[in-house]
Amino acid sequence: MAKKFLNTITIITMALAVLIVSAFGLFSVNLNELMDKWQHGIRVLVYLKAGVSDDNRRTLEDQIRRLKGVSGIAFISKEEGLARMKERIRILDAILADLDKNPLPDTFEVSLDAAFLEPVRIDEILSAIHKMVSVEEVAYGKVWLSRFTGLMNLFRVAGMAMGGLFIMAAIFIVANTIRLMLYSRQQEIEIMRLIGASDHFIKMPFYIQGLIQGFLGGALGLAVLYGLFSVASIRIGEYLPIGIKGIRYFSPMMILSIMASAMLVGWIGCYLSLKGFLKR
Amino acid sequence: MIDGEEKLPIIRMYHVHKFYGPKKALTDISLEILENEFVLIGGASGAGKTTLLKLIYLGESATEGQVLVDGMNLSRVSRKQIPELRRKLGIIFQDYKLIPDKTAFENVALVLEAAGRHRRYIEKKVKSVLRIAGMDEKAAAFPASLSGGEQQRVAVARAIVGDPKIILADEPTGSLDPDSASKILALLNRYHQKGATLVIATHDQELIRNAGSRVIHLDRGRLDANP
Repeated sequence: MAKKFLNTITIITMALAVLIVSAFGLFSVNLNELMDKWQHGIRVLVYLKAGVSDDNRRTLEDQIRRLKGVSGIAFISKEEGLARMKERIRILDAILADLDKNPLPDTFEVSLDAAFLEPVRIDEILSAIHKMVSVEEVAYGKVWLSRFTGLMNLFRVAGMAMGGLFIMAAIFIVANTIRLMLYSRQQEIEIMRLIGASDHFIKMPFYIQGLIQGFLGGALGLAVLYGLFSVASIRIGEYLPIGIKGIRYFSPMMILSIMASAMLVGWIGCYLSLKGFLKR
Repeated sequence: MIDGEEKLPIIRMYHVHKFYGPKKALTDISLEILENEFVLIGGASGAGKTTLLKLIYLGESATEGQVLVDGMNLSRVSRKQIPELRRKLGIIFQDYKLIPDKTAFENVALVLEAAGRHRRYIEKKVKSVLRIAGMDEKAAAFPASLSGGEQQRVAVARAIVGDPKIILADEPTGSLDPDSASKILALLNRYHQKGATLVIATHDQELIRNAGSRVIHLDRGRLDANP
């Protein structure tokens, strides 16, 4: 009875540790991926004033191209822009068809070096472009995204710290439940030693138990996380920008590593509690 | 000693002392027990019989002096070698020391499992030993459901299952009725006939009178030459 209780407590603690650490991990993995996709797609849109001559446009293009941090520039005429917009947003088709004048300006689409995707540097580039002649407006709707990078890093550090803490707590609790179990089986262990059982023989079942607890705790933690993930992914899916295919769960490889880590935690807990116990 | 054949000592003690804190349990014990000898250790309770046995299986180590068991000098035995020593021995404890949540069969089998014997061998050997002990029908019973005599027979089966060279028995008949006691003794005797050395600690005067074997008397922790 007591054994069952101790076992359950250990497995639940382990599951909680796995749940929390993996939740951070999963969040981080998905955010990274999202950021990656977005960052690849980050473009500064430079809207030109109406009626800019081709010469002026070419001068502007050269000026922008020469700016540090600019990796590419493409011209999108207002006709092209309209066509793209129609393609992307079908519903608009009917409305736009009624327009007798194209409302869009000529535009440069400027892509930036990945190294320049930091708020300060982006701001520099934007204001430099903005000051140029023939530029009506500069749009960079995703400034917040780069600001987000800092937050992400903070989050990752916090996640690692908390994960580490929980792993240590899990090891500590496993070590202690196994120690309690050792005490409750002290008589049995003593008898085993008296009939010639080696320490190795006595320890083996505890190690196996530690590994099983790790396995069950890991599986339970990942299962609960998957449940939460499924609910969350439906919700989040509604808010994701077009072109991003929803969030992912861990890859099979990641799942294997998490299970292996949970089992390692069980093993370490065992090791710590057995280390001193059998010394006489 | 008395035996005509050349038998070598399998247990030797040289000037052994054992203290428990300031209390002296054994004082200056020197003795030899030969291979295949049947020796009784007599004396009142508290005379040091159990302590003497403990020194042989390293349940305790001697405070002073040397104990040699089958070529092993116990004062030099490392922790890791203790299982090796204990596998040479079959020990029957006064309180049986059966594991409560293991069946009779499992209790006996544990000795062979710990010695790393093969599963099939264990199955066969344990069955045969339980049969010899008259416990084959109760192989699946847990200790709590067995009578004292039955538990003792399981304990004896456990002691002999590993074919040890030496059997140490601490009051094996102590709490048993005469019928059970004689069954236990017959079992042990049978094993002794097959070549094992048998050391029995007892305060049972009748057993000592009837055994017809050498008796080592202890009196308040000392060897008593004239009991």
